[in-house]
Amino acid sequence: MVKKPQLAIDTRPWRDPAAKPFVRIKNVTKKFGDIIAVSDVSLDIYKSELFCLLGGSGSGKSTLLRMLAGFEAPTSGTIEIDGQDMTHVAPYNRPVNMMFQSYALFPHMNVEQNIAYGLKRDGLPRAEIAERVRELLALVKLSDYGSRKPHQLSGGQRQRVALARALAKRPKLLLLDEPLGALDKKLREETQFELVKIQETLGVTFIVVTHDQEEAMSLATRIGVMNQGEIAMIGEPTDIYEFPNSKFVAGFIGSVNMVDGVVTEDEPAHVRIRSDELGCDIYVGHGVDCAPDQHLSWAIRPEKIVLSREKPEGIHDANVTRGMVEDIGYLGDMSVYQVLLPSGKRLRVTQTNVTRGNPDAITWDEEVYLSWGVSAGSVLTV
Amino acid sequence: MSTFDAQSAPPPRPRAWSGVERALAAVGLSGKALVIAAPAIWLAIFFLVPLAVVFGISLTMKQFGRPPYTPLLTNEDGTVQLTLHLNNYLRLFSDSLYVAAYLSSIKIALISTIITLLIGYPMAYAIARAPDRWRNILLMLVILPFWTSFLLRVYALSGFMRGNGVINQFLGLFGIPPLVMMQTDFAVYVGIVYTYLPFMILPLYTNLVKLDGALLEASADLGARPVRTFLSITLPLSRPGIIAGCMLVFIPAIGEFVIPSLLGGPSTLMIGRVLWDEFFANTNWPRAAAVAIAMLIVVVVPIMLLQRAQDAVQDKERGN
Repeated sequence: MVKKPQLAIDTRPWRDPAAKPFVRIKNVTKKFGDIIAVSDVSLDIYKSELFCLLGGSGSGKSTLLRMLAGFEAPTSGTIEIDGQDMTHVAPYNRPVNMMFQSYALFPHMNVEQNIAYGLKRDGLPRAEIAERVRELLALVKLSDYGSRKPHQLSGGQRQRVALARALAKRPKLLLLDEPLGALDKKLREETQFELVKIQETLGVTFIVVTHDQEEAMSLATRIGVMNQGEIAMIGEPTDIYEFPNSKFVAGFIGSVNMVDGVVTEDEPAHVRIRSDELGCDIYVGHGVDCAPDQHLSWAIRPEKIVLSREKPEGIHDANVTRGMVEDIGYLGDMSVYQVLLPSGKRLRVTQTNVTRGNPDAITWDEEVYLSWGVSAGSVLTV
Repeated sequence: MSTFDAQSAPPPRPRAWSGVERALAAVGLSGKALVIAAPAIWLAIFFLVPLAVVFGISLTMKQFGRPPYTPLLTNEDGTVQLTLHLNNYLRLFSDSLYVAAYLSSIKIALISTIITLLIGYPMAYAIARAPDRWRNILLMLVILPFWTSFLLRVYALSGFMRGNGVINQFLGLFGIPPLVMMQTDFAVYVGIVYTYLPFMILPLYTNLVKLDGALLEASADLGARPVRTFLSITLPLSRPGIIAGCMLVFIPAIGEFVIPSLLGGPSTLMIGRVLWDEFFANTNWPRAAAVAIAMLIVVVVPIMLLQRAQDAVQDKERGN
């Protein structure tokens, strides 16, 4: 029985200020000519983490990954891996392996030769290479495919060969560039959990680049959201989703209703925001770093809003407004309501379909009340 | 109602040339057959028929007269007689001149091909890896010499290598005595390599430019230094380009006549010159024809077999 490795998620080293990071990216900037691909990024990643770099195309996430692998040199800043400065070390001298987006399997070599390639470079004895290749093939469930050439494999099988090849040298750090990007949706979901399982079995530190927020949410111990070459937010998936630090992060992850408002009461323990768009006041049950009369945004996730026919109690004469159901999308497990407010603003509300085939469900063109809790939304100043 | 519904669409126009098509069909011909027929007829007239004529002449005997060979078919009192002489071919084996010329041609072509590959590969690699805006200019420079007559360029080479040519005059400035370059095998190699270099570079370039950069990065990532990456990844993947380039140089080089006669010395024995001498000096058309046919069999057949084996390997790699 393999000893269960110490996982980052169990200890959450990033919550411990004394913990020593495994990868330390310090003030890294990368320019291609006049274009700034990565701008002054600092990031600490801890041992056994599965860290996701999430961002749209051109956000600089891939460039950052390529700098970790050694394919690009930073214009300024340093990269430390396991306490050693790796900023200008050639890729073939780094304790890092990468799984490429296109897999980059060598077309003239079979599966075994592909996996053995890195081991041969280390000058391992033949018997040990054969043994290691056998183990890896078993790990990725391709034991019968060792003598196949890459073109004789399906997309999912190629993805697993690429993973096995990248893991062969037992790297301290594995970089994965859109590892599931080329797979169809069903295969993706299966592979996603397999990837996490392998990561947990081996205890290797993974850094995954992806543009798919669902993938990032389900894979990662922590996510770094990137935007225009900068890190917009670093946090655990729940932090990123529930407590976004900016309008960009709130809008990038999941769907969100965002309204503008003006601060009318700014107390240490609560804040009141008047929103003409909502047609009511928003009472926030905690202090916010803002000033009276400040214009700001307030974001709330669709599932945090409650729909009702009766007017609910309301909190401090706030957090209740009314509107008309304009559209309903039935998704089976839940329904998505689009509610038109008198101001012309549309809110998206999801309700779980708890009752089977509910004949009394709220329907089209109904006048409904919308209400939410004192800490259901996020106040966003940037 | 939309004005663009199906009913208001114009009726289909009659297809162009449909009249021609129908007329051809009446005599049992289709357009497809004609398209294939055009190159087939071209090849038959300008390749197969001349080859057959040469083969026919190779089976006759030399005679004085016009034409300078005995007829294949004779008609005496209504008896048509076909006379085939095989001794032209037998002479090729018994006379050591021919065997030596074949071997020497193969040797010169082989060495030239290897030198061309050694020079052409780095050039093709550099062009393939050059920035986009440079690539076309560099390719242009490779092709540019073709715009000048081949003969002129070979004469220019002799101007460089002559006893009082450019190179020796330059060496003379440093007090170095003139080198003998003309009328040597060295000059022949220089001529062949210079002339055929573009034929090596172009197929190599088309192959190398397609090489996926991610494969090279993957190799480096797995711990391979640049030389190892080249030997394990770049070189094996460029094999089709290497083979194509080598064929394009080796095959014409073996029968090369102009370069050895302009740059080579009397000791430079090549089958092209032997053939020329047989044809023009000795007026022995049948012998010359036999030399040509034998060369075709000795050289082209093995290369065709090699090419087919190569195609089979590639088909297998692509999984067809």
